[in-house]
Amino acid sequence: MSTLILPAVISGLMMGAVYALVALGLTLIYGVLHIINFAHGSLLMLALYAVYFLNTYLGIDPYLAIPIVLPVFFALGYALQRGLIGPMSSGSEQNVLLITLAVSIIIENLALYFWTSNTRNIDIPYVYDTVELFGAFIPFGRVIAFFGALAVVPLLWLFMAKTRTGSAIRAVAIEKRGAELVGIDVNHTYAICFGIGTACVALAACLLLPTFYVTPQVGYTFVLVAFTTVVLGGMGSLVGALVAGLLLGVIESLCGLFLGDSLGQIGIFIAFILILLLKPSGIMGKAP
Amino acid sequence: MMKLNSTGQVVLILVAVAYLLGVYFISSPVWMGFTINALIVAVLALSWNVTGGFGGLSSFGHAVLYGTGAYTSAILQVTYGVNAWVALVAGIAMAAAVGGFIGALAFRYGVKGSYFALVTLAFAEVFRICAASFDFAGGGSGLQLKLAPGISNIQFADRTVLYTFLLAIVVLVMLLTAWIKYSRFGAYLVAVRENEDAARALGIDTYRIKVLAMAVSGAFGGLAGVLYLQLWLFIDSSIAYGSSVSIEALIGPIIGGAGTVWGPVLGTLGLHLIGEGAKTLLSNAPGLNFVLYAVVLICALRFMPNGLVGLAGRIGPFAKKESKDA
Repeated sequence: MSTLILPAVISGLMMGAVYALVALGLTLIYGVLHIINFAHGSLLMLALYAVYFLNTYLGIDPYLAIPIVLPVFFALGYALQRGLIGPMSSGSEQNVLLITLAVSIIIENLALYFWTSNTRNIDIPYVYDTVELFGAFIPFGRVIAFFGALAVVPLLWLFMAKTRTGSAIRAVAIEKRGAELVGIDVNHTYAICFGIGTACVALAACLLLPTFYVTPQVGYTFVLVAFTTVVLGGMGSLVGALVAGLLLGVIESLCGLFLGDSLGQIGIFIAFILILLLKPSGIMGKAP
Repeated sequence: MMKLNSTGQVVLILVAVAYLLGVYFISSPVWMGFTINALIVAVLALSWNVTGGFGGLSSFGHAVLYGTGAYTSAILQVTYGVNAWVALVAGIAMAAAVGGFIGALAFRYGVKGSYFALVTLAFAEVFRICAASFDFAGGGSGLQLKLAPGISNIQFADRTVLYTFLLAIVVLVMLLTAWIKYSRFGAYLVAVRENEDAARALGIDTYRIKVLAMAVSGAFGGLAGVLYLQLWLFIDSSIAYGSSVSIEALIGPIIGGAGTVWGPVLGTLGLHLIGEGAKTLLSNAPGLNFVLYAVVLICALRFMPNGLVGLAGRIGPFAKKESKDA
């Protein structure tokens, strides 16, 4: 058994990095706008389809699709917050939750209508060349996804710490009224932040699709895992999301090993319930 | 305690009653079949209304109660050959227990707001995965009841009798909701919604009230699940615990008017009418009715914060500002 545990941990870490990347966008949006974005998983699903169609019809490699998909999804996220979620929610926390839920219902069911519930994947031969890591054979695509996701955290941190836009986002997150008084356009900053969160999801889609699949329902699975990651890491904490994502990947992989594949995800949800009950501020979060 | 309703609300309720009675005379199997489905969802909506409406405890996972009622009844009937009525009571009791348990766990640790929505969602997902994985719950293939029409099996060959039975149950659950609304328990629950700290300061045991509300909501939700089972004689993990159940539970009350007696029923009927109309127009495309529901939900949140009932309350000579009575 012990010879199986190390490979399971390694492959869990690989998947966990993608969970972390999806959760980064969610935690950024929560940290600044203080809203729980239910549509996050549906946006991931949409991005996966975008990458899929770019590859199938135009023959664009998923990794080369990054410079196309990223700006498009940034704009989509910006428009969604500026045009719909912001004006429609009239500022109440529960309304925002319900509006983003409604947005996810719309996206998912339209996807079901236009693209049917068929499972689709793309065929890129080189991503399945395996790499041996401590006795685990990992597809090359998963390794790329792992390091890609790891690279985003410092980049995002640098952006937040060193750029003017990053400072504006941090200012709005800490003190909305004060930021307004010194001339920061709060609605614009909110929308920028939502756009960055959505761009994270688009990047995750580019890294994920080569070794994964897409169906209209795929977002629902990811959004629950992403919520778990965000809450476990501490709402709004970038480093927390990374650590929590990796941890949950390992939990899922080990549960799958010991309980069978169909029960693998149950470990994640039980972890979620326990965290929400016992320590809702998460491992890196401040006390509520 | 019943206050005078505004003219708008009276008209709205009369239209709904006329529709529900009109179904007897139209003698169209399509209308009948679709209204039967809507009535079962209305019971589920009334279940969500107890916690989400009166208590302000917005759940995103009411499927956990619905599914538990359906599965308890199905397992008892299929595996142990228990009578359908006994299984019905057991299903309600089990769902109430699960509701109370989730409530006790969540409120013991002070979970509220969006976190409560996420906890309930996670519970529904855990139950769904378990139901799909364990053999005693039928696993991936679900559970099928034997076809045996008769009152003793709660299976009705005659659709009119079935419709009357479901209508009677909806009226019963509405009467119970009205009783909750005007009882001390209901007043405590509204106090918890409006200002929990103040309610506690006045000596209300808010923890007990909230757990009790979850148990009552569980009983209603379990009832809805059992009714679904008795109608279709089949359930599987995604029918019983799927996210669409949880969405249907909350969308009707919010559009109709959360925290009212008529709102959940009016909202559910209205939504199903829109959904059915769209199906007829757009040749039965899967999922499109949910797209419409979501669009209506967004508009409702923006333009009628107290739902249909609240909107109608502002029309007519007895109009009240932001009325919630109906």
